[in-house]
Parts: sequence; C-alpha cells; structure tokens
Amino acid sequence: MKRLAFKTAFPHTIPIFTGFCFLGMAYGIYMNASGFSFFYPLMMSMLIYGGSLEFVAVEMLLSPFAPVQVFIMAFLIQARHLFYGLSMLEKFKGLGWKKFYLIFGMCDETFSINCSAEIPEGVDRGWFFFFVTLLDQIYWVFGATLGGLIGSLLTFDTAGINFVMTSMFVVIFLEQWLKEKNHVSAIIGLSVSALCLFGFGANTFMIPTMITIIILLAVFRKPIEHMEEEITNKETTLKESTIKETAAGKTR
Amino acid sequence: MTIPQQIITISLCILATMTTRFLPFFIFSEKRETPAFIQYIGKYLPSAVFGMLVVYCLKNVDLLHGTHGAPEVLAIIATTIIHLWKRQMLLSIAGGTIFYMILIHFI
Repeated sequence: MKRLAFKTAFPHTIPIFTGFCFLGMAYGIYMNASGFSFFYPLMMSMLIYGGSLEFVAVEMLLSPFAPVQVFIMAFLIQARHLFYGLSMLEKFKGLGWKKFYLIFGMCDETFSINCSAEIPEGVDRGWFFFFVTLLDQIYWVFGATLGGLIGSLLTFDTAGINFVMTSMFVVIFLEQWLKEKNHVSAIIGLSVSALCLFGFGANTFMIPTMITIIILLAVFRKPIEHMEEEITNKETTLKESTIKETAAGKTR
Repeated sequence: MTIPQQIITISLCILATMTTRFLPFFIFSEKRETPAFIQYIGKYLPSAVFGMLVVYCLKNVDLLHGTHGAPEVLAIIATTIIHLWKRQMLLSIAGGTIFYMILIHFI
C-alpha cells in the first residue's frame, strides 16, 4: 500500500525537486554568506519550512531583536496558509496521525499538489499526501543544508545572491497580478509599504504598513467586491456575445 | 543579536507559521461555513502582502548615495521582462538574480 502510494506520489514532486534544490541552495548560500553555519539553514528549513519567511528570517536575525514585530510579520507572511487549511479541511479528514504532519508540512507547493492531484483508485489517499509532503520537505532541507555547507567553499563572488529573495517576490507578485481581476489590493500593498518606508524608516515601517493594509482592505471592501462583480459580469457578457456572434456567423 | 535572542526569533517564526497552518483545523468544523469577511480577506490579502514583501526587500537600498538603487531597479525590470516573456518562475528568478550579481560586480 505504501509502495504504490510512493510510486504514484513521486512523479508529482519532480518539478518541485528542481525548484526546491535551486531555491533551497540559494537560501543556504545566502545564510552562509550572512555569516551563519549550515546548522541554521538545516534547522530553519526543517522546522519553519516556509520559503519566503525563511528568507525574511535571515534579515530578522541580522536586525536588532524585535520579538513582537517578528511574530506579527511572520504571521502576516504566512497568513495565506490559513486559507490552504480551509481548502483541505475535508480532504484531510480521518487520516489519523498523518494529518498532523500533513498540516505541519503544508507549504505552497505541497498544498497545490495535494489539493489538485487526481489520486487513482486503489491508491491510499493518506499515504499519497504523506509522501508528497515528505518528499517536498526532504528536497527543501537537502537544498538548504547543502547550500549552507558548500557556501563557504564557493570561490566565485556570491555578492548579490540575496537578490534571489527580491526576484522571487517580484515573480510571485507578477503571477498574482496576472491572475487577479482587479489590482486594488496589489496597489495598496505596494504604495502603503513605500509610503510607510519613507515616513517611518527601514527599521520600523512594517507594523504600520501591515495595520494600514488591513484597515484599507476593510474600508474598501464594498468597492473592491463591486469592481470584481462588474468585471466578472462584463466577461460573461463578452463571452455570451462572442458565442452569439459565432453562432450568427455559422448560420450565415 | 545573542544566541538566545536568535533562538526566540526562530521559534517565533515556527510558532507563527504553525499557527497559520493549524488554526483553520481547530476553528472550523467541516459543517460550518467560513465567515464572509474572512473569505474576502483571504482572497485579497496575498497581492498586498507580496507587494509589501517586494518593498521590504528593498528597504535598505539607498536612493541618495552610492548606486542610487540602479542595479535593483534594472534587475527587477529584467526579472519582469523574463517572466512576462517565458512565464517560468525558476528561469525568471535565476535570470534576475544572476543579472543583479553581474551588475553589482561591474558597477
């Protein structure tokens, strides 16, 4: 039962193997270049196990000690997991002890496989989820630890490797932008952060930024939802008229 | 930062992460429907958070001195172009980072 579930799960994780080795190694090298031993990326990749936060945590460890800000920021960076959980409530039902590990290891990539994969009949659902989660985590911890170990052996100039974090967020931001129907939230996020950075300075701007974002989202809820509805309606009308036109064209 | 402060910082990251992953399973039973406001925040917060993270990464860039943030701006433009062209996350991230490393090596 376990063997079959493993065989079914493994191919799903191959793309993530490539990605996690690269990003995990970049993270490990980044930690190494920031002056931490490989033990840090090993423990952090295993226990925090959330890519974006681990990168931000390097910055946190190099800044003055600020526990409240760290917790709030970590929570807000990871807040999207709340909604992964909501989507998996049903699927993780009745999986016993495995459920605990599945929730612990539910990063973005693992969530997207476990949520979307069509599990063939006869394959145990619990073990399938378990192996996807386990393999993904092994790739990540392996990459991060290797990066932390060989980072000091690299003779080429690693200055600027920390930009991998910036470009990762730029790409995630772009993906989000391309798939969303209105950009109000994205614009709020960018502009509020930039304004707060200029107003409060680099060390203290995050908390005012996060509070302002939540307030603005709450205040503009009606217009944002209204805009979304209008765009959806327009799209539906467009589709309908295209269908009508094609139909008319055919009858002609 | 001292070692105990580092341990506290990392533990708080673990605690915050696990709170976000476990909370829904504690709060919502399968039968109850999620409140509309939570659904709304869940839908729109990610875009704002990723916008915020881009700015967060750039917080130490000095616009008035040194290179005036030129390598950062150019590398972000490069990342964007590569991504809009090929739309392959890993290629865009690798391309943007390597471009940035080359830029700061020569500027």
